[in-house]
Parts: sequence; structure tokens; C-alpha cells
Amino acid sequence: MSAYWGKYADELIRTAKYIGTPGKGILAADESTSTIGARLTGINVENTEANRQALREMLFTAPGTHQFFSGVLMFEETLYQKTLAGKPFVKLLEEGGVMTGIKVDTGVVQLAGTNGETTTQGHDGLGARCKKYYDAGARFAKWRAVLKIGHTEPSELGIQQNAQGLARYAILCQENGLVPIVEPEVISDGSHDIRKCAEVTERVLAACYKALNDQHVLLEGTLLKPNMVTPGADAPKVSCEIIAKFTVRALQRTVPPAVPAVTFLSGGQSEEEATVNLNAMNSLQTLKPWTLTFSYGRALQASVLKTWGGEKKNWVAAQRVLYNRAKANSEAVFGKYKGDSGGDSGNLFVKDYKY
Amino acid sequence: MAPYAGKYADELVATAKYIATPGKGILAADESTGTIGKRLSSIKVENVEANRQALRELLFTTPGVHEFLSGVILFEETLYQKTLDGKPFVEVMKEGGVIPGIKVDKGTIDLWGTNGETTTQGFDDLHKRCATYYNAGARFAKWRAVLKIGELEPTQLAIDQNAQGLARYAIICQENGLVPIVEPEILVDGSQSIEKCAEVTEKVLAACYKALNDQHVLLEGTLLKPNMVTPGSDAKKVSPEEVAKYTVRTLQRTVPPAVPGVVFLSGGQSEEEATQNLNAMNALKATKPWTLSFSFGRALQATVLKTWGGKKENVEAAQKALYVRAKANSEATLGTYGGSASDVGTESLHVKDYKY
Repeated sequence: MSAYWGKYADELIRTAKYIGTPGKGILAADESTSTIGARLTGINVENTEANRQALREMLFTAPGTHQFFSGVLMFEETLYQKTLAGKPFVKLLEEGGVMTGIKVDTGVVQLAGTNGETTTQGHDGLGARCKKYYDAGARFAKWRAVLKIGHTEPSELGIQQNAQGLARYAILCQENGLVPIVEPEVISDGSHDIRKCAEVTERVLAACYKALNDQHVLLEGTLLKPNMVTPGADAPKVSCEIIAKFTVRALQRTVPPAVPAVTFLSGGQSEEEATVNLNAMNSLQTLKPWTLTFSYGRALQASVLKTWGGEKKNWVAAQRVLYNRAKANSEAVFGKYKGDSGGDSGNLFVKDYKY
Repeated sequence: MAPYAGKYADELVATAKYIATPGKGILAADESTGTIGKRLSSIKVENVEANRQALRELLFTTPGVHEFLSGVILFEETLYQKTLDGKPFVEVMKEGGVIPGIKVDKGTIDLWGTNGETTTQGFDDLHKRCATYYNAGARFAKWRAVLKIGELEPTQLAIDQNAQGLARYAIICQENGLVPIVEPEILVDGSQSIEKCAEVTEKVLAACYKALNDQHVLLEGTLLKPNMVTPGSDAKKVSPEEVAKYTVRTLQRTVPPAVPGVVFLSGGQSEEEATQNLNAMNALKATKPWTLSFSFGRALQATVLKTWGGKKENVEAAQKALYVRAKANSEATLGTYGGSASDVGTESLHVKDYKY
């Protein structure tokens, strides 16, 4: 059989293409309840539904930001939340030309016999859940697979399990009208150099696209959310031009042009790093048949959270911070980012990060 | 491990890029002695070395043709042949900016337990042979894997064997300085629809690129020689625009942008069909990060052979015929081919279950 061509095919292609609109990217606000709890703790805010609602309302109503976002990723709870005035978040965003996406995986579990490698769960009843989310207004989904670099990692088992898991998730999404974002994150933990990261990333991406082909996924209706190719967190840093060169080359070697856009994760990069690296990639004179844009969580929200501190009186200031970061990243997609937009350049790296 | 980055890496990348120069393509003149024998029979010419030499000299010394060719693929015998004046063919080509290539596979054998599916041989002394060919002036190689479409075909076994075979061949070439042309030909035999051909071609190409990645092949130093996506030979024909649409989409779904050029085989297409289809692909407004060009055998030589008929007095006319077709295909790589380049060249060149 050829690639998926059921009732949602045209819509999937349009949605994926729209999300890849140059100048726009994704706000990843899909932190699970416990993960957002860790963030709120970091600013001394209690992890209650009201506070989670407040944070997301603050983000989604930030003036002027909708022009920079083609999509927002949400956690399930948020999909059904409203503004205090009673407007569903999904509707609010839709009015601003921002599509709603939904995290659909249920986290990672360890692979026995490996050195801490994992696979991602969430396939059971996934089709039905996707349909439910589609009915609630979601039009794209996200599933995070995690791989690590070590002496014998990632193992062939680790790569295969995650690639096949991503491909199963992807086709189930498409069958139910959601554009799957394929996220095979090779975490930056370790002291390996950038070449090692490039090798591993290429190997992982090649396995992913083979698995997607095996499962008849319609590539034109997908997005890729990879790590940038960088040195490990414990290795010496390199310039953004080098990161750009290695990252784009890795994509050239593995990502078929049918994929409309690559929406990078920021990982442990600081806000400024993530923007500068994205900008360098888009400034590179080389073949790039897919849009290169952002799907940032921490790299869009870190300063916002600090500025907010849980206090309503800080909303306007916090929203301004989000506007600045969103604009900076939008410029980076055009390769036109000029410099520091007041972003936090502190390291956001958390060892063995779990969402 | 990273892809091949040994002593030939830069040269491989430069060679592959040059072969993919827009406006140029490959003359596939690598018919084995047995195969060229059949061609010569059809024009009543005896299959002796002198005649094989005469045919190739005719082709390689065609005035003006070098501008349209970035490479010529040769059979081993031809790599060491010279013009009657004593100039090695390899030199004739180099002077014209044409890179010599060499067929390195040793043909196909049946896969037991399948319905006539095959795998390709030629590994056993491949390292040594590639090194020898490099010393003789070759800078790229070709290896033809063959798959067919049937009720159960291609089977997973056939796909895996051929994809892995191509990948092994490819890395061995690179280790010895030759740019590997990766050729996973899906035969046009049968009555399948163009959609079926597209499905199979996508599956096969995906398997090939996974295998190439597994074997650490440097994609920037390779070329792809696929079939165009068409209906089967027994099915209803479609327009060049349809062929273009399906073919380009198939490539978009499977061929990473690191590959500099796709040099199509002509299969059983007539000379004119092959040119029209190639032209339509290049005229198509779509994302195409690789050059789309030709590596034609029959579709460049059919009329040439008929015109020559083995007679010295026909050489000039035959060379003119080659020039006309080469120019037409050069224009097709730019999407500017205007129409029939000659009155001849429209007959089907399909031979069922074609073996080189």
C-alpha cells in the first residue's frame, strides 16, 4: 500500500504546511501536570489547576504573539480549559490563526537489558483518543521518543523501538485527522563531541524515516521535531555556525523533501542560544527544502515564568517578555535575528530531563 | 560511525556534483559483451571486438556531444580500448570534460523460493576491481539491482537483498575512489497502474536509503539511477505530466537532499518518451533539491545503431543522430525541450524481462 490517503489526507497536508509557514513556529506549552509543577515550584507558585490555567491564559492572550505562532502544543487538561472570561483556549487561539496541538504520549518506560534506555508509551486506544482530541479542536499531535548517547548507546534495540513507536503513533494520528509531530530526541546529556551527536542523529533519523515508510505514513502530512546537532552538555561549546552546519547536514542526509517543516526542540539550550542557533541555520546558504522553525518550551517560557512569579500584577510584563522571545524566534526563521532581545542566556539544561 | 570520510571523500563529492551538472547527463554504453551482441545482431553486425570498438568510437567521438554529457558508463573491455588512431577512450572523454564510469556488477541470479526474483552478484573481488578501475581512469561505477512487480512481488526478501547489496557495493566503491550510482530498477513488465508502480518504488527507495545509512555511505558522493514511475508495459499509457508528477512525488518521499543527482534509466521507453518524461519532470513546479537528469542506454543509441548498421559510410549520419538525442535530453534536464527532436525515436524499446 502507498502512503495514507484517507479522508483527512488533504487537511493533514494543509495543516502541516501551515504550521511550517516561514516566520511562524510552535509554542510548546504541553508540560504534563507534574512537569509544570516542577516549573511552578521554581518560581514558588503552587501547582493547582487555577495556577496552571492562569499561566496558560497569560501565554495564550499575550498581545501580538499570535502572528508568530502557527501552533501551540497543549497537555490534555489545557485542551479543555477556558479563559477566566469563559472562552475556550482552543477558540481563542483559532481566532488568532493559531492551531492547537496535543501531547498524546504517556511518558517513557525503561527497556530491560539496556543501560537506562527507554521507549515511549501511549499506543493503547490512541486512535480513539486522537479522534476525541480532533473533536475538541486539536489538529496536530506530539509524541516524544527519547534516546541517549553513551558508550554503547543508543543501542539498535533503543533505536528500533523508538522509531517504530513513532511510526505507529504517526499513522494512528493521520487516520484520525491529526498531523503527527515526530520527535526523536537525542538528549544532550554527556561529554561527546558534535560529530558524535551528528552520527547518532543521522542514524536515528534514518531509522525513523524507514519506519514511517513501513507504516505508510504520509510524509507531506507530518512534521519533524528533532534535537539540533550540538556537543554534549559536558563538552566544550561551539559556535552557532558550527551547530547550523552539522544540523542542516544531518537533515540533508536523512529527511525527505516531502516533509514540509522541521520544528526544533530547544532541549537544555538557553533562550538566546536556541534563537541564535535557529537563526544561523536559516542564514546558511545551502539546500534546505523544508522550513526550519521552532517548537520551543523552555526556550520561550523561562524568562516569562520568572517575570510572572505567579502574580497577576506581573502579567503585562511577562507577556511582553513572551512577545520579545516569539518575535526573536520568528526573525530567526527568516535568518534575520540581529541580537539579544533580552532573553535569558542562562543554561536551561536539566540532566536526564523528563517531561 | 559517521559516513565515509576517508581519503577520497572530497573527490567523491566533487565528482558526483559534476555529474549532476544541469544540462548534462550520462550515456550508458556499458552493455556487456553478451548484451551488445544482441544489439549488433539486430542490425546484422557481427559481435567481434573490432565492431564493439567501432561502435564505441563512433559514440565517443561524436562532434559536439561532449557538451551534453557529464559521464559515460563503460563495460570493462571498453575501459581499456582506444580509437583506431591509438588514443585511449578514457582520454578522449576526459579531454571533452566527460567522466568515465564502469559497470561493476556481474549480473543477476535467481533467489530460491521466489517467483523469479533476483539478486545481483559481483562482490567477491570488488575492492580490487574498483581500485584497478580507478587507476585506469574511472571515477564512478554502476551496479544494477532488479525488482519486479507482481501479485506478491517484490517480496521483502528481494527488497532487502537488493537494497543491502546496493549498499555494500556503494561503500566499497567509495573506499576505492569511485562514486557509486545506486540503481534499484523496478521493471516495467506487467499491467500494473502507475499508482502501484509508485507504491513499490517508494518502498524500494526507502529500503535503499536505510541500507545506505546502515553501511555509512556518504550520500553526497553518490547518484541514484531509478526507474521513472510509469504504468506497466501492458497497461494504458499516461501523459508525461502524469509520469512527472508521480515520479517527483516518489523521490520527494524517499530521496534525502544530500544526494546531488538523480539520473534516470530509460527502461523500455522509446527515445522520445524518455526525453518527454524527463522534460516534464524538470518543467514541474515542485520541490526538487536534486538534479533530475538522464543515464540512458537504449534511449540514446537506438536510432544511432539503426543509422550506423555497421557501415563506415554511415558513421557521420549516426553521430548526428546521437548529437540530436543528446541535445534533446540536455534540454529536457532544463525543462526546455520543445518537441520531437527527430522523426524517428518513437518506437518502444521494451524487451520483456530485460537482462543486460
